[in-house]
Amino acid sequence: MWSQPRLRGLLWQALLLVLLISILVVIGVNLNANMASRGVTFGFDFLFTPAGFDISEHVIPYSADRPYWQALLVGLMNTFKVSFLGILMATTLGLFLAMGSLSVNPLMAWLSKGYVELIRNVPLLLQLFFWYLLLTTMLPDPQTPLSLLPGLFLSKNGLQFPWFSGENFPALSIPEMGFFGLTGGGSLSPEFLALLFGLGIYTSAFIAEVIRAGILSVARGQTEAATALGLTRWQQLRWVILPQALRLIIPPMTNQFLNLTKNSSLAVAIGYPELVSVSTTTLNQTGRAVEAILILMMVYLTLSLLTSLVMHRFEAATREKGF
Amino acid sequence: MKKLIATIMFALSYLAVSPSFANKTLESVKSKDALACGVHPGLAGFGMVDSSGKWAGFDVDFCRAVAAATLGSADKVRYVPLTAPQRFTALQSGEIDLLSRNTTWTMSRDTQLGLAFGAITFYDGQGFMLPKRLKVNSVRQLKGATICIQSGTTTERNLADYFRANKIAYKPVVFDDLKTLLTAYSEGRCAVFTTDASGLAAVRANDMKVPDDHVILPEIISKEPLGPAVRRGDEDWLKLMTWVHFAMLNAEELGITSANVDAKRADPNPEVQRLLGQAGQDFGRAIGLDAAWAYRIIKQVGNYGEVFDRHLGPKTSLKLERGPNALWLNGGLQYAPPIR
Repeated sequence: MWSQPRLRGLLWQALLLVLLISILVVIGVNLNANMASRGVTFGFDFLFTPAGFDISEHVIPYSADRPYWQALLVGLMNTFKVSFLGILMATTLGLFLAMGSLSVNPLMAWLSKGYVELIRNVPLLLQLFFWYLLLTTMLPDPQTPLSLLPGLFLSKNGLQFPWFSGENFPALSIPEMGFFGLTGGGSLSPEFLALLFGLGIYTSAFIAEVIRAGILSVARGQTEAATALGLTRWQQLRWVILPQALRLIIPPMTNQFLNLTKNSSLAVAIGYPELVSVSTTTLNQTGRAVEAILILMMVYLTLSLLTSLVMHRFEAATREKGF
Repeated sequence: MKKLIATIMFALSYLAVSPSFANKTLESVKSKDALACGVHPGLAGFGMVDSSGKWAGFDVDFCRAVAAATLGSADKVRYVPLTAPQRFTALQSGEIDLLSRNTTWTMSRDTQLGLAFGAITFYDGQGFMLPKRLKVNSVRQLKGATICIQSGTTTERNLADYFRANKIAYKPVVFDDLKTLLTAYSEGRCAVFTTDASGLAAVRANDMKVPDDHVILPEIISKEPLGPAVRRGDEDWLKLMTWVHFAMLNAEELGITSANVDAKRADPNPEVQRLLGQAGQDFGRAIGLDAAWAYRIIKQVGNYGEVFDRHLGPKTSLKLERGPNALWLNGGLQYAPPIR
């Protein structure tokens, strides 16, 4: 049996699995015994009791009488919202920055490189505070909003715009002036905007470097050959350089996307109600620390694995074309 | 993030094999010769490091009183500053021996979290503060207002309950950190700040540029009985904590202060003798201490009224009246069972 590498491999893997499971069981038994000995109850039944707290920003319908699991779902949706838009923003910005730093124009190259160095060397949390304080300090009071376009207002309440409201008969609702500023319509809060800018700008610096490295890794001969064929600079990039660079770009890019999603949990510092923020409230109201942290870890793990999966598929698809 | 990691670490401490805590807290405190006390990281009047680098405040003095009773010196305290979400796990996991951090006593906390409450050191209630220039004088006028809240407190639920019951729409913004919240409030991101009324007074006095520009609304929307908590399963330690508070109340009732406690030792009044352990009266032994336990509390920390006046009273920046925290003799709610 030992002569067969396949079987031997399987045996090792089985052993490892048994070891892992026994470690998990020991942890589980310990956890249960320790919690029981201190009179702490363990269970997820609390998820189905009313949450009792409000969340100002929600993509799905929510009110304080809904159960905890829905509150957590609202938090997750808010994480999705800011991560998705953040990834779009970071990638677009990063691509332009990479182009800029590779530009033949020295001013352009210098500006792009300066941006990258400045942004990636300042801690993200500080940048979030910076954007948040900038927004809350600079914006006009809610009672005297800045009108950008008819119906579009910017103030300390955030960006407010006409939007559909009403659960049964959606009708366009235009922001109206109340005592504490505009109400009605849709809005993006300063917390959300600060987080989006913070995450997008921070990650764009890393993405720019990833793309730049990818482009530089394509052999110089490729550019020369493309020039010889008479392609313009844009055509060279689009049809010759980027397709080859992409294979190298995607794995580190996946890391950046994952980082951005996980970094969105820093929002708890500036008051955006994403998953960690809602979990913290849940944790405190119910006192179920272990359960809340377990849920949090599982959700982030699932989220990261899903992103990895999608990016692996994408990577495989680009590789199959072959060069 | 750091706080989140700390919370995770506290939660993970359940995974470790550890001895049972039942009935052992007093012994472990004595053998360490220090009381690990969970306090607020920075709330003026309750728990905060003062300009000389020493912990001071109403809640801090309770830690000191317990240390004076158990260890002989009010200074034998190891302070553990905790955020609101961390505090219960820190106590459950054995990181601290006593939690004295303006914590509301509620049924779920008392019954489901492995904690035990025993004494109400401060009767509080949730209130609202907002800039005076908005000319609002009732919670009913807060329709559509953005309200700043600190996470990890009972305030989020009270707010939702009250506003829903009164059909007032509002927008909550929840912050993890009090400092960020106060900046957001000062810059006008939210019109209103809500927390316990004592907390509002502390913030107005110490964190606002011009305290008089801010008004605290008259409505109190909840009951917030604040008190210290210990781990469940150690009844002796719970009794000790509870009686430390009662001793301080009884001392005030009997007119015994840190200044006159030595003279009062000769007082023939049997109530005074029992409290101070004179004339062979040893009530300390039953809670694992000696006869002079209450004497040390009063001598080193003071009676309840002294502690209140020192940190919260009219002569401090908080300028709080005794209100419901007055002795029952003066129409308040502070009432201690007798020592006999």
